Amino acid sequence: MTVFKRGPSRRRVLQTGLAGILATGVAPLILSRGAWAQEFCNNPTGDTVTFGLNLPLTGAYAEEGADEQKAYQLAIQHLNGEGDGGLISVLTPTALKGNGVLGKKVAFVTSDSQTKADVARAGATRMIERDGAIMVSGGSSSAEAVAVQGLCQEMGVIFMAGLTHSNDTTGKDKKRYGFRHFFNAYQSGIGLAPAIVKAYGADRRAYHLTADYTWGWTQEESMKAATEELGWETVQAVRTPLGAGDFSQFLTPVLNSGADVLILNHYGNDMVNSLTQAVQFGMRDRQTNGKNFEIVVPLFSELMAKGAGANIKGIYGTSNWHWNLQDPGTIAFTKSFGAAYGAPPSQAAHTAYVQALLYADACERAGTFYPPEVIKALEGFEFDGMGNGPTLYRAEDHQCIKNVLVVQGNESPTSEYDVLNVVQEIPRDAVAYDPAIFGGDLGPAEPAPIC
Amino acid sequence: MLAMSRNDLLLFLGFTIAVLAMPIWLQPFGAAYPDLLQRFTIYAILAVGFNILFGLTGYLSFGHAAFFGVGSYAAVWSFKLLSMDAIPAMAFAIVVSGIFALLIGYVSLRRSGIYFSILTLAFAQMSYNLAYSVLTPITNGETGLQLDLADPRYLDRAFSAAPAGLPSPTLLGAPLTGYAGFYFCAGFLIIAFFIAQRITGSPFGMMLKGIKSNQTRMNYTGFNTKPYTLAAFVISGMYAGLAGALLAITDPLAGAERMQWTASGEVVLMTILGGAGTLVGPVIGAWLIKYFENIFSAINDSILTRFFAFLPEGADHVAVTIASKFVGEGWFLTLGLVFVLIVVFLPGGIMEGVRRIVGLFNRSGKTPRHTPAQVQPAE
Repeated sequence: MTVFKRGPSRRRVLQTGLAGILATGVAPLILSRGAWAQEFCNNPTGDTVTFGLNLPLTGAYAEEGADEQKAYQLAIQHLNGEGDGGLISVLTPTALKGNGVLGKKVAFVTSDSQTKADVARAGATRMIERDGAIMVSGGSSSAEAVAVQGLCQEMGVIFMAGLTHSNDTTGKDKKRYGFRHFFNAYQSGIGLAPAIVKAYGADRRAYHLTADYTWGWTQEESMKAATEELGWETVQAVRTPLGAGDFSQFLTPVLNSGADVLILNHYGNDMVNSLTQAVQFGMRDRQTNGKNFEIVVPLFSELMAKGAGANIKGIYGTSNWHWNLQDPGTIAFTKSFGAAYGAPPSQAAHTAYVQALLYADACERAGTFYPPEVIKALEGFEFDGMGNGPTLYRAEDHQCIKNVLVVQGNESPTSEYDVLNVVQEIPRDAVAYDPAIFGGDLGPAEPAPIC
Repeated sequence: MLAMSRNDLLLFLGFTIAVLAMPIWLQPFGAAYPDLLQRFTIYAILAVGFNILFGLTGYLSFGHAAFFGVGSYAAVWSFKLLSMDAIPAMAFAIVVSGIFALLIGYVSLRRSGIYFSILTLAFAQMSYNLAYSVLTPITNGETGLQLDLADPRYLDRAFSAAPAGLPSPTLLGAPLTGYAGFYFCAGFLIIAFFIAQRITGSPFGMMLKGIKSNQTRMNYTGFNTKPYTLAAFVISGMYAGLAGALLAITDPLAGAERMQWTASGEVVLMTILGGAGTLVGPVIGAWLIKYFENIFSAINDSILTRFFAFLPEGADHVAVTIASKFVGEGWFLTLGLVFVLIVVFLPGGIMEGVRRIVGLFNRSGKTPRHTPAQVQPAE
């Protein structure tokens, strides 16, 4: 073996080591010195203000992410006074002037969250730390929303959630800095249950297949509670991994379970795959317990309906919004989006667009970008004209309370976009609930000293 | 023990300076922000540890991300149950991933070569599926394990009342966010590098190199190689556990995707890209891949348009259209091209390129270095 006798003495090594340790301690002080100069995280000093868009461009919910991106770009154009102005003129009350936000032009940075919570968090951190995003928005999965929302609370940056439907987002994981315009699983349950019980009868036996993460869990729980209340029985609830692709191993047991309704708590590609496979298994032509076998998809979107094609016909579900509504806000948004991209917007695009506008409007009303003031402006804000009827941003849990749509797959679509029929519009009083039932704590509004 | 050869010491000091000065020299590359710097150091630790197994001992593990993930989960559980302090979290993570590596290594190391790789891949995939859907009470599945207001945190509660809001990880009371978090991780990278350097130069390291070059001959000369390979496996698993813990400390969330086979493959890529068997190579490989993942993937069309604005009208559109395929979502494409180029032209990774350049300058002068691996890092 080599004998190491050459080289510096023990004292030399100790000295260098100590110098290194000292340097390690001092260097951060020098580098973070500038951080105190700004009064809050990413206070915009130039003539632009940057929105951070965290979008799933790959993964199980990629299609929703792409549609959200289009909507954000449209919203930012409208905020900057370009294009036809979109919903700015129909939002009431409004403080938006169409010259940017507080006189600053809106710019944006994007990040691909890959429909993964881990990646979404890294992307949001990058946009906040490096690109100076004043606000983070987007996401198409509740796992992402919950993860990014927690991060934004720590950083003191407002998070305007995109498509997230889990009760936890504004329930047990609610945050002072997180806001959700989209409706939630609980509202889907209490909205949808009476409609399907009326259509299919009160003595049904339901089998749940559930996406195994925060949204699926709360969706299953809410649907179970709401349907059991009205007399249904739950045979079994099985969890399936997100992005499984092949659901046949989960669908086979359904046939012999004695259930006569299959509830698919799936979204995006998962729902397209599981529904298509369920139809291929012949479930929709089956008779069980002397009744027609039925399939229910609690959360529906146009993109999914398009993906599932003819399989969707007659299937019940709920939606946050639909482009075929006939109020001025919906008409204006569908026209504006259609002119820009040649297709009607999905509900994901709608909620993304509205969130961007509501944030900008809150900044205008607060007269500052200082997050605690913007939060105050959003909490308890009552507005109308965004396509969902009168809407309240509830102060207790930052959940928007508005009408919920019960939809059904169109039996005779006239175009490839005309895939869903709005069966019923549940008024917002019927889907409002006590925010205390989910627990959770919003936490402080004061921004963290670092960012 | 502290006496080091001159070359070793120079390499170590050069490395230390390069790591500590990262916020400065990465500025022009747009990568000098705390979160990415933390990732640079953390994945460098992972790659240095992986290199002990792959580069030194010659065992290609395709399941290293399992230990990384186990380390993260262990650290987050320590945050939830014990204390928000980083030290118990790291200790817990290293011990748990060490035990985990011992179990998997004991079984996997009965085979070598491709069979060993497949075994580790199988174990990693099993761990991933366990974390993703079977053990959801422990791992919280797809949602990821996160801190909660209702967590007991017995050690913290024994000394102080619960503060308002979610706490964040600390080191003896000092917060570990932003640059403080980076320097904390950088300190551990330097320690990890030092230990790897010592292992490489030690009789134990010689034994590992012997196993790599010809295990059968080692056996015939009377050495029992099993304890050595197992030790290397466990050490490298503990490195991964440490890296996982640091990732959880800088961002207290552990997701199952950390254990996916793509994450394992990434470590192999890092090591091969930088140069397997060298000390600095894996670190450079890790930095390069993380840089691509975080910077190239964030470039969108508007940034490209600004970049190509100097070109004449029309030509800039063409340039943007072509370039946009290689950035944003297409960053994998760029990484793949770089990987192919390096493996074809520099089979020894980036470090071989460095060695060739150094060789060009040294040809006229001295004889080639005795230990070609120990050259100054490229920065």
